[in-house]
Amino acid sequence: MELNAKIPPGPLKDKWSFYKDHAKLVNPANRKKMDIIVVGTGLAGSAAAASLAEMGYNVKSFCFQDSARRAHSVAAQGGVNAAKNYKNDGDSVYRMFYDTIKGGDFRSREANVYRLAECSAQLIDQAVAQGVPFGREYGGYLNNRSFGGVQVSRTFYARGQTGQQLLLGSYQALMRQVAAKTIKLYTRHEMLDLVVIDGKARGIIVRNLDTGEIERHSAHAVILATGGFGKIYYLSTLAMGCNASAIWRAHKKGALMACPSWTQVHPTSLPQSGDYQSKLTLMSESLRNDGRIWVPLKSSENRKPNDIPEAERDYYLERRYPAFGNLAPRDISSRAAKERIDAGFGVGPQRNAVYLDFSKAIKEQGKGRIKEKYGNLFDMYRKITATDAYVEPMMISPAAHFSMGGLWIDYELMTTIPGLFALGEANFADHGANRLGANSLLQACVDGYFIAPYTVSNYLAGEIKSERLPTDHQAFVDAEVQVRAYLGKLLAINGNKTADYYHKTLGKLLYDYCGLSRSKDGLIHAITEIKKLREDFYSDLKVPGGEDEMNGELEKAGRIGDYLEVADLMCQDALTREESCGAHFREEYQTPEGEALRNDEKFCFVSAWKWQGEGQEELLIPEPLQFENVELAVRSYK
Amino acid sequence: MKLYLKIWRQSDAASEGKLVDYELDNVIPHMSFLEMMDTLNEQLILKGDRPVEFDHDCREGICGQCGMMINGQAHGPIANLTTCQLHMREFKDGDTIYVEPFRAVAFPIKRDLRVDRSAFDRIIMAGGFVSVNTGQAPEANGIPITHEQAESAFDSAACIGCGACVATCKNSSAALFTSAKISHLAKLPQGKMESRKRVQSMVKQMDDENFGHCSNTEACEVECPQQISVLNIARMNWEYSISSVLKK
Repeated sequence: MELNAKIPPGPLKDKWSFYKDHAKLVNPANRKKMDIIVVGTGLAGSAAAASLAEMGYNVKSFCFQDSARRAHSVAAQGGVNAAKNYKNDGDSVYRMFYDTIKGGDFRSREANVYRLAECSAQLIDQAVAQGVPFGREYGGYLNNRSFGGVQVSRTFYARGQTGQQLLLGSYQALMRQVAAKTIKLYTRHEMLDLVVIDGKARGIIVRNLDTGEIERHSAHAVILATGGFGKIYYLSTLAMGCNASAIWRAHKKGALMACPSWTQVHPTSLPQSGDYQSKLTLMSESLRNDGRIWVPLKSSENRKPNDIPEAERDYYLERRYPAFGNLAPRDISSRAAKERIDAGFGVGPQRNAVYLDFSKAIKEQGKGRIKEKYGNLFDMYRKITATDAYVEPMMISPAAHFSMGGLWIDYELMTTIPGLFALGEANFADHGANRLGANSLLQACVDGYFIAPYTVSNYLAGEIKSERLPTDHQAFVDAEVQVRAYLGKLLAINGNKTADYYHKTLGKLLYDYCGLSRSKDGLIHAITEIKKLREDFYSDLKVPGGEDEMNGELEKAGRIGDYLEVADLMCQDALTREESCGAHFREEYQTPEGEALRNDEKFCFVSAWKWQGEGQEELLIPEPLQFENVELAVRSYK
Repeated sequence: MKLYLKIWRQSDAASEGKLVDYELDNVIPHMSFLEMMDTLNEQLILKGDRPVEFDHDCREGICGQCGMMINGQAHGPIANLTTCQLHMREFKDGDTIYVEPFRAVAFPIKRDLRVDRSAFDRIIMAGGFVSVNTGQAPEANGIPITHEQAESAFDSAACIGCGACVATCKNSSAALFTSAKISHLAKLPQGKMESRKRVQSMVKQMDDENFGHCSNTEACEVECPQQISVLNIARMNWEYSISSVLKK
């Protein structure tokens, strides 16, 4: 199998225009005869659903939350990037493209990344028109802040709640179409399988989480915008319900998964305080604009942070990366924190954290200005830790955050199953091996608002003759039987361990062996342990209740069953990539200074994985990456 | 710490519910309230009982999915906090804690502590948006908006839709929720154009959903995790009056 990314011809800056000029269109009269399923109502999902419905397609939108407004895009704090160059600081589409390619450690497609930068300015226009209250200067013009990995100010923000405000914009656009009856919205519905007919995606099987009812839905195209799966690490910055099930079940129906092991570990989250803990709260990266990160110079330091004199502090990011300092990219900042913590310089009761100190910024700018910029983050910190960060430094620690990997897609955001699209964090493509801060909101929005409307139409133009499929088609019947059998299997085990037990155990394994640093021996060990854990799961799991009713434990168990398979593939993916790049750090491949050592000769490709059936090893299909516009450079932030 | 819990259990919307007693040992002060509930649920599952169903997702106070009445207060004893941000250090060893669902006619109980808040979505559907299609937007800096105006709009837009305002209100009024959206959009030039139509249809939808009237006790603002101001309600009433007069 050869992978064709379908990159349009022509110079980099003209590729997207070329595509748009030549994409096939669907006549308005035909659009209303065509059904599109969109799974997920985060930024990518709601933006795509609303935009396609505005064009006249019939859209069915699904989410597992009780309202479309609660999808996890809501929790993104810091901002969204756009190459508007409002600051006159030398920004441009090309510079944003280059920063993103470099930030991703040269493991993403040039054409995709360029398009992301190219569409960024339009997204700010769209959001402002929807009423998103971005931060403004006193003269009334939009303000920007800086984010990690770049030297310009291109991040637009709505205090520390940018994701919430962007999502409310797209959610409101979605609800407007629900009112117009162009979208039928199904909340509290979880996708449990993809239905493929004649090689094309034609529908999904969902479970109504309130009643347990299994439903079949058919369509001419299916869009998965189901987000990332960082929750596989159990302790993460993600919401409790975030999962890999929709993309994983599509994977098992033939869609390739790309680089699943590339997980971003966010440097500024709150540290773990005990075994009972269910999540690690993120503190926006924007705090690194004014906060300075340090650990004590002395290991196992017992003094309070404010009692440690300046001379006895190690501002290790400023020391190691003088050019970028506290704004070094996330992978580098997280690894540097782990290095200090592992060396015994960690702080806090569990010695698993570093300080993020605002005293200098408060002295220089005043408490009022800092409060205006980050007030809600300081409030959140106080609510969770009962500590006032205006007085004492915050304690932060790295936590699993974002999946750069996901379903393999071509330039049209289409997976290897015709008619199945993957948008936002659910796909791989734009971020390479490391995502830059404030590019995730952007990618989700751009995929949903500006790309899918063209590419989905281009696909549907070839489907205008295909009739609406009745859901009593054999493929739907078979898929439903399979889904019911799996739910029944989970309920029948009736063992002695809860779903959370397996999730926590798996998460610990992944943090230890497939997290911030990986090694051959560790990964081989993890693969064996995951296999054992999976066998134990199917013999000793306990799920109370039945399937024909609301049953939160059954939902969890299904997601963890999938996670156990995803985890295996993550380790295989990390094991076969014998280089370090971005968030993927193999201990065997590093420079004498401990920086990532890429191997462009052998690994300048995307690892796409093909499901070969239950119990079979997956097949690695590489998609070579071609760089025609940028030179592969050693990524340096020194 | 040891806790004595009295938790509302109800198997579905149609059946009758009741408070059930549970005892929980080894509760750690650093636990969040929901992590305490997780711990209880683990024990219930292993005993062969059904765990307590409760709404939750992001566990960082922004998705608005969690919400319980804790000792009779929406989101518990601390003002301006979601249930997921409440920590057990606010309770003492030996405390008895009552845990009940948000109660309102417009929020029917689905199971245990889970309630149906889709009425909020229908209020937004009635006009809580700017009628702009993808692709129609002009240049973002084309319409300057003062810093104060943007900040004020943000203050209204920050609502997370959790429903604590309704749950705490003696009239089960959704005035704070509805007015926050009306104000957010009316304060910005982008939303101003449709403000008269919007306020009429959103208020009508709020009434149709069986929410009660606002009688200005201001309890909602006290419980609101985002400290949405009751001045939004004043603004809604003003917008409503103006639009009613001008309609005639």
